[in-house]
Order: sequence, then structure tokens, then C-alpha cells
Amino acid sequence: MSTLEIRDLHVSVETKEGAKPILRGVDLTINSGETHAIMGPNGSGKSTLASALAGHPKYEVTSGTVTLDGEDVLQMSVDERARAGLFLAMQYPVEVPGVSVANFLRTAKTAIAGEAPALRTWGREVKQAMEHLRIDPAFAERSVNEGFSGGEKKRHEILQMELFAPRFAILDETDSGLDVDALRIVSEGVNRAKANTDVGVLLITHYTRILRYIKPDFVHVFVDGAIAEEGGPELAERLEEEGYDRFLTAATA
Amino acid sequence: MSTTTDHSRAVADGAHSHSAGHGVVPVGSRAERLTSFDLADIPVPTGREEEWRFSPVARLQPLFSEDLGAAGVRTTVVPAPEVKVEIVGRDDARLGTTGKPGDRTAVTAWNAFREATVVTVPAEAVASDVTSVRVEGIAKDATALHLLVHAERHSEAVVVIDHLGDATLDETVEIVVDDGAHLTLVTVQDWADGAVHASSHRARLGRDAKLKHVLVTFGGDVVRVTPDATFTGEGGEVEMVGLYFADADQHQEHRLFVDHAVPRCKSRVTYKGALQGAGAHTVWVGDVLIQAKAEGTDTYELNRNLVLTDGARADSVPNLEIETGEIAGAGHASATGRFDDEQLFYLMARGIPEVDARRLVVRGFFAELIEEIGVDSVEERLLASIEAELEKSMSVITGVATREVDA
Ligand SMILES: Nc1ncnc2c1ncn2[C@@H]1O[C@H](COP(=O)(O)OP(=O)(O)OP(=O)(O)O)[C@@H](O)[C@H]1O
Ligand SMILES: [Mg+2]
Repeated sequence: MSTLEIRDLHVSVETKEGAKPILRGVDLTINSGETHAIMGPNGSGKSTLASALAGHPKYEVTSGTVTLDGEDVLQMSVDERARAGLFLAMQYPVEVPGVSVANFLRTAKTAIAGEAPALRTWGREVKQAMEHLRIDPAFAERSVNEGFSGGEKKRHEILQMELFAPRFAILDETDSGLDVDALRIVSEGVNRAKANTDVGVLLITHYTRILRYIKPDFVHVFVDGAIAEEGGPELAERLEEEGYDRFLTAATA
Repeated sequence: MSTTTDHSRAVADGAHSHSAGHGVVPVGSRAERLTSFDLADIPVPTGREEEWRFSPVARLQPLFSEDLGAAGVRTTVVPAPEVKVEIVGRDDARLGTTGKPGDRTAVTAWNAFREATVVTVPAEAVASDVTSVRVEGIAKDATALHLLVHAERHSEAVVVIDHLGDATLDETVEIVVDDGAHLTLVTVQDWADGAVHASSHRARLGRDAKLKHVLVTFGGDVVRVTPDATFTGEGGEVEMVGLYFADADQHQEHRLFVDHAVPRCKSRVTYKGALQGAGAHTVWVGDVLIQAKAEGTDTYELNRNLVLTDGARADSVPNLEIETGEIAGAGHASATGRFDDEQLFYLMARGIPEVDARRLVVRGFFAELIEEIGVDSVEERLLASIEAELEKSMSVITGVATREVDA
């Protein structure tokens, strides 16, 4: 059992006008096997939380702590965090021209596992995972994310989640831009990973429709850089009906 | 009527397609550029001339002189079994048929050589192996060298010219591709640090002739290569592929010119470069002229530069002149970009250490280009050389990183 613990996290983003505070004291504890949904209006800081956890250099942690089984995550470099078991499925995955998906997956797996995966089993594993996510085998030879459609990019992110078997996965709006079929395929991928590896999931979303496929244990409402309310799955339903108005007034009052 | 474009120091992605008919007066049209075998016609440049404005003329000074010797390099040719090699006097009738020198170093090189090396691929011969020409610097005396590579009609061959060691070299490479011949000519500038090298490549293509011209520049203090290609018969095809990697204080300049003088020929130019270190400077100039009678021309040129560190500068000037409306296609693209930190973050967020992530991105940048070369031995060497270059920048990067941590 692993625990990812976020305590009173304050984060600023680097802008041309100087550091701009975005996160104002986030507290969150995620255990293996748990699924936490984070919902909140545009610009409330959800992606900032995801990027800060992954160690993006543009985001500066000004105070607070993040630990993974007691280890200080904030002291780790970006690649160290990934090797320690953190995975971020990005809202906007980056194109890497000239680097094939196959080469990328093998290089990353090798880095994360600390040794090259056995050639034969790895090939089979990749092929099967791609099949499950309905990713055409031809994608293996394409450049990472280059010319992928929005939905293809998201499926490629979940492909990695399945293959790299992280301890904690942060999914930043993985459901955005997916049609109904793609949403189901991607959700099945996440659920497979949960079943196979007991991964803890932090699911950032605007919509409850993905929560019909991926059942959250906890729902957190994110407003103005902090968690404004917490509850079970029923909170998501309420948000769908009522929107965020109730919190926004509270935050601006 | 003609169209001309000139983009100096392109920084953002810019892709253009051209159709003829805009009445823009060409500035410094290539058609009007003076060419001559006569030294007196082409004086020593000051550095303000169009064709020298990016060049460190002071460092090239020794090559502007009329007194170039022959002792600075040793040339060794290992031909394929089907290929013939001769050393001939400067009065040999086969020399000087590919066009006249177009700048000072080209004209001094032409006037200084006494003997030339002629590599001939006989008519209809298909070379079973690569022909290797090794030019090794052995002394710093300013030296002239003249090579002729002649692919006779319907022959096929790969010729690799390798430059290494330290030298001050002014070189001419004449390339004749007769009707129906297919020639791949690779020139690699893998000089030691101090080398100064100017080279004029002048290619003439016959009917249905095909030339793949591959240029690779890694080493040297100053390297300036000017590949020219002229079509003399219909159906000719030239593919120019270039790859360069400049380190601190290196100047690497590649100016090419494709002259579509006859109808229905095709040209493709793809040059890519990476730069790292203070004072690294690369220049790419791509002149393409589509003459009035060259109907059905199909041309595209592309230059991309990847700036890996601060203090490096890439100049990129595509220049397309179109004198006929009846073209099949004409376009160019030029872009110079910084190393993308978001790519680095993405790869590192997948557990890949920074050094390996950078290596992946740079290799990726060159990958397609290297595949286009199509000569296995050259591709492997290139990958190894890119690794070696990256090794240098990695030590710089890891050095910087440590200092930041210490601070
Ligand atoms: N690099 C940046 N420069 C300037 N402002 C930034 C930067 N990154 C984030 N911000 C600002 O921080 C705030 C939070 O952004 P963030 O992307 O975390 O929101 P979000 O909750 O993920 O929104 P969305 O639902 O639209 O994805 C926004 O006001 C945004 O404009
Ligand atoms: Mg977001």
C-alpha cells in the first residue's frame, strides 16, 4: 500500500509580470487503489496542481509538502518522480517529432523499470495494450503525438499508464474531446490499470460522464486554488445539476 | 515576370508556396550574378557583398590569395571495382565544363590547381561498392584541390568525399551526371578544430540524370560550401540533403543554387542544422532559379535549425525566383527554433533522464533526414558523429545543472 500526501501546497506560476500565486493551500491524501475526482471551474488551478506534482519547471512550490510513502517528492527531479511511480496523463500531450512511439515506450519503460524489458514479452505486451485501446499498430512507427487527433493523444497517454504501471496516476482532463466510444475505451484502460496494479488515481474532469465508467471514491471541488468541498460520488451529481455558482460566490465573497 | 523572396534570419515557422505572376523585381537575381574563370573579374571581397555578408572574411583570407599550393592535403581514392581514377593536368579537356566560378574562393581554387583527380563511372556501369575519396589535412599551407566526379550515361554509383585532419583548403568539386546516370555524391566535412575550408561544388545534369547530393558538416573553424546544380536536359532530378552541427565559435555556411534552365526537371532541397555554444554560427542560403523556359519545374526547399543553447545564431535565407507561370510546383520553408523545453518535460515525465531526453529530441530532429541519405555506412557514421556532438553539449548542460544546484 502506498500513499501520496499533499499538505498545504502553495504554487506560483512564472509569468512575464513575475510569479503569480495559483494554488493556495491544497490538502489531499491518496492511497493505492483509491480514485479521487477533482472537479472545478476553468482556471481554478487543476492543471497547475497536476504540473506541480510532476515537477514542471514553470511552477514553483512556495510552501507545503508532497510525499510519496514519506519520501519528499518536491526534492526529486521530473524524471525521478516518474521513476518513483508518479504518472501524469497530460491535458495537452506534447509532440516529439522524429521519435517513434515504439522507441519512446521502450526507452521510458527501461528508465522506469531500471532495466530493459525482455524483448519478446514487451513486444507482445505493447501490441496487446494497443489493441485494447483500439490504437492502430501503425502508430508504433509514428512520431510521438505528432499529427495525432485529440482522442488519439489521450489514448496514447492511457496506453502509457497501462504499460508503465505507476503507483499514482494523475489524469488531467483525459475525457475532454473524446466521443462516447473513445470515452468508454479510455475508461476501460484506466479500470484495467486499477484492477491490475492497484494504482491510485487522481482524475481531473469537468464532466460526470466519465465518472459513470470510472467510479470515484472521493470527489473534491476545486475553486480558486484550493479544495472547497469534499464528498463521495453523490457530490459529482450535485455539481452537474447545480454548477459551481455556490462555491464561486463563496470564494469571491 | 518574376517572383523573389528573401527571408533573412527566419525565426518562426514559415512555409510558403509560390505561383508566378507577381511583378516583383528580383533583388540580386542569381541569373545576373557574375561568374568567371578569370581572377581579375572577381576581386577579394570586403564582406559587404551579398554572397559574403554572413561570412567571417578575415578567417577566410588565406583562400582569397592567388598563391595557393598543393601540399596541405593528401588525397586518397579507393574506387569501386567498376570505377576509374586518374590524375590529370589542368589542361585536360574534361575539366571546367560544369560552369564558371561564382565567387572569390572558387576562382582562386580554379586558377591555382596543377593536377586534378578525376573519378569516372563508365557508361552503363553499376558500381558494386562505394567509392571513397579521402582528403586529409597534413599541413596548414593554403592549398587548392580539384576533383571531378563524372558519371557517364546510364551508370550508377555512390561517391563519398571525406575531409578530415587540419587544413586550409580551397576546393572545387565538379560533378557531371550524364544522360540517365544516377549518382549519389556525399561530402563530409569532419575536420579538426582549426580547419578553414571553402568548397565550390558545381554539378551539371543531363537528360533524365539523377543526382543525390549529400552534405554533412561537423568540424572545422570555418566551413563554407557552395553547391550549384544546373540542368541541361529535361527529366533531370536533383536531391540535396544537408546536415550540420555547429559548436562554439564555429562558422558553417552552405549556399546552394539550383538552376532550372530547362523544362520538366525536379529539385528537392532539405537542410537541417543544430547549433550549440556561444558564437556558433550557421548560414544557409538556398537560391532556386526557374528560368522562363523551364516549364513544368517542380521544386521545394526546406531549411530547419535547432538552437540548443544561448549565444548561437542561425541565418536562413531561402530565395526562389520564378520567371515562368507554367510550373508544376514551387515552394520553400524555413524555420529556426529553440530547443523545446516542453518536449523535454514530456519525456522526463516518463522517467527518461535529461541527457537521454535531449539526445532523443535531437536525434528525432535529424531522423528523417538521415533516412533520406540511403547509404548505410554514411548513416551509421552520422549517427555516431551526432552522438559525439551531443556528448559535448551534455557535459556543458550537466555542468550548468550542477552549478545551479550548488548556488
Ligand atoms: N504559464 C502560465 N502563465 C500565466 N498564467 C498561468 C500559467 N499557467 C497557468 N496560469 C494561470 O493559472 C490559473 C490556473 O490555470 P490552470 O491551467 O491550472 O487551470 P485549470 O483549473 O486546469 O483550468 P481548465 O479547466 O481550463 O483546464 C489560470 O488563471 C491560468 O491563466
Ligand atoms: Mg486544466
